[in-house]
Amino acid sequence: MMKSATKSDMIRVTCKINGKEYSGLAEPRTLFVHFIRDELNLTGTHIGCDTGHCGACTIFMNGKSVKSCMVLAIQAQGADITTVEGLADGDKLHPIQEAFWENHGLQCGYCTPGMLISGLFLLQRNPDPTEDEIRRGIEGNLCRCTGYVNIVKSIKAAAKKMQSEGGKSARSM
Amino acid sequence: MTPKKFDYYSPTSINEAIQLLHDNEDSKVLAGGQSLLALMKLRLAAPSALVDISKLQEMSYVREDKDYLGIGALTIHDIIEHNQTIKKKFTLLTDAASKIGDQQIRNVGTIGGSSCHADPAADLPTALSAVNAHFVIRSGKGQRIVPATEFFVDLFQTAVGHDEVLSEIRLPYLPPRSGSGYIKHSRREGDFAIVGTGVVLTMGDGNVCKDIRIALGAVSATPLRAKSAEEYLKGKTLDDKNIADAAEIANEGADPPSDMHGSKEYRMEMIKVFTRRTVKLAMSRVM
Ligand SMILES: Cc1cc2nc3c(=O)[nH]c(=O)nc-3n(C[C@H](O)[C@H](O)[C@H](O)COP(=O)(O)OP(=O)(O)OC[C@H]3O[C@@H](n4cnc5c(N)ncnc54)[C@H](O)[C@@H]3O)c2cc1C
Ligand code: FES
Ligand code: FES
Repeated sequence: MMKSATKSDMIRVTCKINGKEYSGLAEPRTLFVHFIRDELNLTGTHIGCDTGHCGACTIFMNGKSVKSCMVLAIQAQGADITTVEGLADGDKLHPIQEAFWENHGLQCGYCTPGMLISGLFLLQRNPDPTEDEIRRGIEGNLCRCTGYVNIVKSIKAAAKKMQSEGGKSARSM
Repeated sequence: MTPKKFDYYSPTSINEAIQLLHDNEDSKVLAGGQSLLALMKLRLAAPSALVDISKLQEMSYVREDKDYLGIGALTIHDIIEHNQTIKKKFTLLTDAASKIGDQQIRNVGTIGGSSCHADPAADLPTALSAVNAHFVIRSGKGQRIVPATEFFVDLFQTAVGHDEVLSEIRLPYLPPRSGSGYIKHSRREGDFAIVGTGVVLTMGDGNVCKDIRIALGAVSATPLRAKSAEEYLKGKTLDDKNIADAAEIANEGADPPSDMHGSKEYRMEMIKVFTRRTVKLAMSRVM
């Protein structure tokens, strides 16, 4: 059945985020990043530009890394989402988060939520990437602090951790 | 930034989408949204309604037909980049798709969206012009098939009418001993092309050029075929001298813009350099 909504309708959008069902109201024009931050109060995902360039808003949507400022909330109806809040297992950080911590992969931390997701998307496809492949994997994520060197190092270290920990941490997003 | 208000439709078939476009004046198709939503946020576009076709999974495929390779309009750049049949038969599309924006954009943006958006600096339209791809356009009246030379009409304008949907892009198979390549010249990864060059060529006996198509991006309102250079090379041996001579005249008819990425003069020179390199890249891939 076709779905439709007129300009000022508030539509109920329901989706699974970090394994839990969330539901909230959005206009057709509401961007998904505004919906998760302002309506669902999941503020881990950042907004750096909202023109699709900085990557701070990157999330997993149905298994793919996506800039959430470039998707409408209404398009996420029924989607399976992972944000930075979904990476840690309770108090135990995800290996990629540990790796960023241990290798000074962040300074102000603004770009970090997006960097982590882009890093993970890369590692799911390519568990042992070269430095060039890592740099290519984070092309869509800008960092104004680190100069990227320690971010690349962190992702490299995360690859090692995730490989030695085997399947557990390589759980699909 | 938030777009202006619009009505939203999520049709469940391509025919339903066409009907909705027909019924809603000033409506627009939403595919990956990676160009359209950007324009709407900047308020450079303000359609009254969006017809969201992104859930029509049946429009995402790469299919080998008898005479051509068919690519569904909703196929994302990431799939084009990694598809092995495309890599084997139309390597220039692999080159072009892999150079678009970044991973997140390639995970959402579609070949149909890139074609219909028709940004002269975009990568796939230039590559598709070198292939001389055919575009299948559907409307309430049926379907028509338009070659690349007629598909790209002007700056951000294509042959697709308001109540029509691009459904498939067809790549006619190349004869034996063909090769192809696309090179994007940009200053930083992820930037749009300063100049993009796509080449498809077929060799005869020895190194003689039997057929060649050279397409240039970012140097005109639409992808531009370097006809003089193509004609010059046909029937000639593809050696360094002939390729260099052809590259010298490859910018005939080009009218590139001057902007912060490069002056007009610079781009005119770069057309030569990258035509030369791309012809050699395509030659190196002749099978
Ligand atoms: C940060 C960033 C960097 C980028 N870098 C590059 C780059 O380096 N090179 C490059 O080539 N592109 C680049 N792009 C653009 C990207 O390739 C887009 O994916 C593409 O231009 C549009 O595809 P889409 O599926 O997102 O289409 P949309 O944005 O949904 O649509 C674009 C236009 O086409 C129309 N349309 C879409 N599909 C159809 C259809 N099937 N039938 C009829 N009309 C249709 C829409 O109505 C709209 O007018 C970039 C985009 C961003 C945000
Ligand atoms: S906020 Fe989405 S890319 Fe910058
Ligand atoms: S750590 Fe500050 S922007 Fe990356």
